[in-house]
Amino acid sequence: MNQQTTPAVSVRHLTKQFGDALAVNDLSFEVAAGQIYGLLGANGAGKTTTLAMLLNLITPTSGEISILGEQYPAGRERILSRVNFSSTYVSLPLRLTVWENLRVFAALYGIKRPKQRIHEMVERFELTYALKTRVGELSSGQKTRVYLAKALLNDPEVLFLDEPTASLDPDMADKTRTLLLQAQQERGMTVLITSHNMAEMEQLCNRLLFIDKGKRLMEGTVVEIREHFGQDSLEDVFLHVARGESL
Amino acid sequence: MNPRRILGLTLRYFYLYRSSVPRLLEQLYWPVVDIMVWGFVTLYLSRFEGALPNFLAYFLGGLVLWDILFRSQIGVSVAYLEEVWSRNLLNLFVSPLRPSEFLAASVAIAIMRVAFTTCVTLAIAWWMYDFSALVMGAWLWAFMGSLVLMGWAMGIFISSLIMRFGQGAESLAWGLIFLIQPVAAVFYPVSVLPAVLQPVSAAIPASHVFEGMRQVLDGGAAPVHHLMMAYSLNLAYMIGALLFFYATLAEAKREGRLLRVGE
Repeated sequence: MNQQTTPAVSVRHLTKQFGDALAVNDLSFEVAAGQIYGLLGANGAGKTTTLAMLLNLITPTSGEISILGEQYPAGRERILSRVNFSSTYVSLPLRLTVWENLRVFAALYGIKRPKQRIHEMVERFELTYALKTRVGELSSGQKTRVYLAKALLNDPEVLFLDEPTASLDPDMADKTRTLLLQAQQERGMTVLITSHNMAEMEQLCNRLLFIDKGKRLMEGTVVEIREHFGQDSLEDVFLHVARGESL
Repeated sequence: MNPRRILGLTLRYFYLYRSSVPRLLEQLYWPVVDIMVWGFVTLYLSRFEGALPNFLAYFLGGLVLWDILFRSQIGVSVAYLEEVWSRNLLNLFVSPLRPSEFLAASVAIAIMRVAFTTCVTLAIAWWMYDFSALVMGAWLWAFMGSLVLMGWAMGIFISSLIMRFGQGAESLAWGLIFLIQPVAAVFYPVSVLPAVLQPVSAAIPASHVFEGMRQVLDGGAAPVHHLMMAYSLNLAYMIGALLFFYATLAEAKREGRLLRVGE
């Protein structure tokens, strides 16, 4: 298989119907290896459902998902050992210390030399001092960094991020983005990210997919999307789409 | 199944219990209260036991064995609930951990919980009432094994119900098993039950265990028939519980319920 041409994530005609509601409607896109790819859309646009299908948390009604050349359900274990996920809305056990949490996930991901890897991660995310602190006693910023440390523990080839900086102040959000970019650039990791912070998406993403009511609205670079909608910023594009002015 | 992943998740529960005094106390609180209250009641009633020999042994044996069933079930159900409460379930489901490995880790922690509580209740029964469950000899282990299996099957079934109906159904983890207690022949023989309830009782593995226990305490015939019935029923219920768990998980993935866990 040619590594240069095989996309890290390939989605073809993905559809998800919940009863009468069409959450994702015939969505297709590809994420090249090493790209940071943003999923954009208003609340209810289908971003989370799409992300959940990519992580095998929701079974699609129809369509195909290929991640690193493998498909669910047959390739589930192989895919999930090579990817990882972090979300502001998904916590880690709060009563466990940072060390205990990372130790557990190191075992779940089959990390060799877990102690060494955990130390690398806590140093990267400046959490060494908090190693023996319970996650529940950390600030929002510290928790987010622990979630990211967990998400990078297995050195994932594809990282899925759901609003990773949603609960952070601008300073901590900026630091988190910097750490994330560093980690991504060092490994050439593919990142698929959703966020409502348009400035963040402009800063991080190589390409973006705009979704509206489960359908693909536009895909391209930040510049292409801004030009397509005739707006000065992604924020303006978002407002334009969310208020139905594009239709 | 990958033993490292099972061990990893078991470690998660071990860390949790190690760091939580209330959880450790909860392990002991009701079993100790139960055995003390009912032990003293039984001690008092046994003064009038002329017509009912072995009254104390029946009752304390029933209490200790019932607690094994209850702790075994709750150990499995609460392992699932701990992930719901800590909003950690999605982290597990997006890891390479298989559902079977999740269940294996739940069972492992349930075994530890049962072992811990049973040692304490047996010690109290021996120290305060001079009752040693060990008089049942090797049968005790066979009874315990059957009750532990039934507890796992019920625990998996209840976890599936919580997955299906959400956190609002969490009280089932503590309550559902008591629905069967009246017909499980824990403290009285099946023959006491009305005829209409006796077939229901016969379909419960625990009923056969408790009938067998009384048979052993009376020095009667080996309870081979009761144990065979109990283990056969356990096998059927375990298969049913696993099928139900996997079907519920598949349905939860179809309906997007895993994302709404905790609501």
